[in-house]
Amino acid sequence: MILLTRRATFSAAHYYWNEAWSAEKNEQVFGRCSNRHGHGHNYTLEVTVAGQADPVTGFVVDLKWLKDVMEREVLSAWDHRHLNLEVEEFASGRMMPTSENMAMAAWRRLEPAIRAAQGAQLNRIRLYETPEIFAEYRGGA
Amino acid sequence: MSGAGKAYFGRRYMLSASHRLHTDALTAEQNRAAYGKCNNPHGHGHNYIVEVLVGGPVDPATGMVINLMDLDRTVNAKILERFDHRDLNGDALFATQVPTTENLCRAIYGLLQGGLPAGQLESVRVEETENNFFEYNGA
Repeated sequence: MILLTRRATFSAAHYYWNEAWSAEKNEQVFGRCSNRHGHGHNYTLEVTVAGQADPVTGFVVDLKWLKDVMEREVLSAWDHRHLNLEVEEFASGRMMPTSENMAMAAWRRLEPAIRAAQGAQLNRIRLYETPEIFAEYRGGA
Repeated sequence: MSGAGKAYFGRRYMLSASHRLHTDALTAEQNRAAYGKCNNPHGHGHNYIVEVLVGGPVDPATGMVINLMDLDRTVNAKILERFDHRDLNGDALFATQVPTTENLCRAIYGLLQGGLPAGQLESVRVEETENNFFEYNGA
């Protein structure tokens, strides 16, 4: 089995705020990230697929195809958006737009399209919020 | 508020330290053969990158596996204050083992395991240079 990874970058705004908590508790738990006007990051999305190299093309998947899938399923919805205000899975306090939840949300967006292509399986999502901070999701429980 | 399943949170830290690779179990010549330039008597240094990966369920109230501020506090107290701008050979942990980056990686894993909630620490990766890195997951 070969693991193949493609990266893409996007920029978005977010903040952390739990409506069930007082302002003091939000500030205590989330620190500067609780600023209600939001702040932004240059995110890096790393998508790893697992499969066998095709004997004819030598590809696990066509990287141009994977780029298009990432663009269509994730970047078109998240790039240059305010995650808390404009993005379906995070809007109206549905889910906190942390890197952890974003990695899991990216999995849910990408996995059906990759599975449908019947070439390789989605193996891992890594979402970098800064070069020093990332979340990872490998699916399953 | 969030999906089920285990997620991972990673964070990179930097520490600068010196070390010398040398063991009294070998002769001077054998040490030079085994460790090369790293055996130079006065030691040398690196900017080590320590990448800590924590795993667990995502707390629905915070959306987090672990609060970054809590992780920073633990890594600062247990790792950076201990090793940053120090000579690794002088640390008690390396009195009986060579401060290779393999051993440093395992030492950091052990120190963090004691400082984080049980079961949260997934793995530690230490980059000694841009081209060399070491990983340990407790297995």
